[in-house]
Amino acid sequence: MNIIYMLLGVSVVVALIFFVAFIVSVKKGQYDDVYTPSVRMLFEDELVKPNPDKNQSDSKEKSN
Amino acid sequence: MVTCYHCGENCIDDIIHYDEKSFCCSGCKTVFDILNSNDLSYYYDLERSPGTSPKSLEGKYDYLENADIVEKLLEFNDLDTQVISFVIPSIHCSSCIWILENLNKLNNAIKSSQVDFPKRSIRVSYNSDSISLKELVILLNRIGYEPSISLENYNKKASVIDRSLIYKLGVAGFAFGNIMFLSFPEYFEVEEFWLDQFKVLFRWLMFGFSIPVVFYSGSDYFVSAYKGLRARILNIDVPIALGIAVLFLRSSAEIILNLGTGFFDSLSGLVFFLLLGRYFQQKTYAFLSFDRDYKSYFPIAVTRLINSIEEQVQVYKIKKGDRILIRNEELLPMDAVLIKGKASIDYSFVTGEAEPVVKKSGDKLFAGGRQQGGIIEIEALKAVQQSYLTQLWSNEIFSKNKPSSFQSLTNQISKRFTIAVLSIAILSGIFWLIYDPSKALNVFTAVLIIACPCAIALAAPFTLGNLLRIYGREKFYLKEASVIEQMAKIDTIVFDKTGTITTNKRNSISYEGIELTRSEEEILGGSLRASNHPLSRSLYQLLKKNNIVTPDEFLEHTGKGIETTYKDTSFKIGSADFVKIKSISNNSVELKKPEKTSVHISSNNIYKGCFTFSNAYREGLSKLFEDLKTKKDLIILSGDNDGERENLELMLPRDTKMFFNQQPGHKLEFIKKLQQNGKTVMMVGDGLNDAGALAQSDVGIVVSEDINVFSPACDGILDASVFKNLEDYIDLSQNGIKIIKWAFLLSLLYNLIGLSFAVTGHLRPVVAAILMPLSSISIVVFTSVATHLFSRKISRDLKY
Repeated sequence: MNIIYMLLGVSVVVALIFFVAFIVSVKKGQYDDVYTPSVRMLFEDELVKPNPDKNQSDSKEKSN
Repeated sequence: MVTCYHCGENCIDDIIHYDEKSFCCSGCKTVFDILNSNDLSYYYDLERSPGTSPKSLEGKYDYLENADIVEKLLEFNDLDTQVISFVIPSIHCSSCIWILENLNKLNNAIKSSQVDFPKRSIRVSYNSDSISLKELVILLNRIGYEPSISLENYNKKASVIDRSLIYKLGVAGFAFGNIMFLSFPEYFEVEEFWLDQFKVLFRWLMFGFSIPVVFYSGSDYFVSAYKGLRARILNIDVPIALGIAVLFLRSSAEIILNLGTGFFDSLSGLVFFLLLGRYFQQKTYAFLSFDRDYKSYFPIAVTRLINSIEEQVQVYKIKKGDRILIRNEELLPMDAVLIKGKASIDYSFVTGEAEPVVKKSGDKLFAGGRQQGGIIEIEALKAVQQSYLTQLWSNEIFSKNKPSSFQSLTNQISKRFTIAVLSIAILSGIFWLIYDPSKALNVFTAVLIIACPCAIALAAPFTLGNLLRIYGREKFYLKEASVIEQMAKIDTIVFDKTGTITTNKRNSISYEGIELTRSEEEILGGSLRASNHPLSRSLYQLLKKNNIVTPDEFLEHTGKGIETTYKDTSFKIGSADFVKIKSISNNSVELKKPEKTSVHISSNNIYKGCFTFSNAYREGLSKLFEDLKTKKDLIILSGDNDGERENLELMLPRDTKMFFNQQPGHKLEFIKKLQQNGKTVMMVGDGLNDAGALAQSDVGIVVSEDINVFSPACDGILDASVFKNLEDYIDLSQNGIKIIKWAFLLSLLYNLIGLSFAVTGHLRPVVAAILMPLSSISIVVFTSVATHLFSRKISRDLKY
């Protein structure tokens, strides 16, 4: 049962790692703006292929 | 109605067709063109009509060529990297984020740009060798995102964001979880070999975890309690700090003396829940600013003339006697004398009077006026800080925070509560001292522990925090939660007139006199189109449904009116004096009273009649006043003349008091006097002219047509579209107070149950560990459910 000491040590260390990760992320400002990233993550690739996009929107307009 | 493909506004004037799309103005079309030619048309796919039409510039940003000013504005400046943050009020949707974060597609000297949507701000890093700050600002402006740069930005260092609450919450939550975990085995009090083996280690680990909770996370409570005691106030933090201290000392004593496990779990849970309440209450609207002063309105620089050479100068450097150029739509930053040019000054910031005032050279102009029309040249009479308007801010009301005579409900109750708890603790301690001395200390501390008013302290933050969010959803944005408590107490509401109970958008225009023929209306429309006077513009909007003919001759006398000829008819359009003096007055129609804003018309020197502009009052105004009058004193306090008095008297309840011609300083004094007479006053205003009154009042609310536009310092910003709901909002605040009181009762019930364990000496850690989170959570649940029930009632009412 002495393994408990090790398990205990491991669990506290794991908890501490997450705790430090939390503190670091707060310090870096991750919690300052919690809205914009949620929108930003939805963009990404559109710029890579702007032309097909443009054509699409053009054709949509024409069909109307 | 055709709407603009770019900005979504109705196309009123001329519709521009381009690329099979319609645009309301060439500005919008240009933006579309820029984006389209740079392969950025995805902007329009992301959201429908996301744009804002760009404003004209003409030299507005010339001051950004001044290296000193640029240096002050930049956040970071190194060889080839410059970083600057702007607030851009027109950021409003995901398309905005997308386009602004792809600025580098428009100009590759821009390295990166990042939008902070809640703050409506953008941080751009660029290379000033390839693009100057001025060019950057102009680029933003060209695509409809004009950054707001005002005196406030000058010399402002990046403010340090206070994140300590999140840290404290994190520490408390971390410790709470771990301590719960470690104390779990002992809850069941089973006799087991291994458990006994590890008990000591577990206890010391808990002790270790609880140290940062007490000395870091809980430190605010000790500080606040100490401050309260020194000011001889028993605020709610006193029993909390007492509870935390006793919990920690007793628990430490227990494990050191090996008597038991202590209450570390309850201790960390308590601190965690309390901080959670604080965090919840701290809802802020980052894109709104509640503490602006004149600096956010004033320009950062002006054009100074030295020997007729123009030069951009920071406004603080302007001295008495300097010659300054003011362009159209620019704000006068200091009191001055008009030297040259046609001044038509809009003082709506200062007085609330919406009509521009015409000035001749030699006339005195006051800071805060906005020039409408051409370029004028002025001579500064005073420096910025000593000007009439800016001096309002030297009033003591602005130098300190609001007098904190206000006592929150929680603190009111905590006084009695603390005394009660202390006397119960002492009495039961004495009882046990006589009966069974070994238990006396145990009972004494147990009472203090169990009575720690966690639930009471949570009732207000969660109720008010919830209400704050509900108000926000209903477009009423409050600065902080305590405003709600103050709002529930008000008995007098003072309204500003112009811009507050009237709208800025629509003037209602009525015509009196000899009816105009169709052809006359056509000529009139044509003449007015050529004039830039705001009254002409509004009148033109009214008449332009007819055919428009272009007059043969057109002459505008600034500040007086228009003279125009078409075929054989000549018209005079303008002020009473202008039209009357020159016309042969065979007065079949009498001239209207001059105090109302009106435009007079004469045709071939025969007086025809006049168009009277009255303020358009906000929708639902009469009903709002009718509903409010039974509960509150209503007062109208206007900087305007009393031309609207009759109109208002008809519309509003009889006992509404009205005061006109009130200067900004008078308004402040007026509110002060009301307060000295024992009134609790809510001020509802809109402009800088109300700033003093808003600051002095108990609750200062600003009504705003567009909440992104700056409003003066206040406690809350009310979207103009929901102005008619003000009464419901006040009701909701009163219901909120009721909820808090019920929550108090509920938490007192828990305290009674807990006390019955404590005074009889049966408080085991597991009881405390169950009772404390249970009471806290049930209070949170209760307040959330109750506030949402009330708010549902409100939103249902608002539908009809």
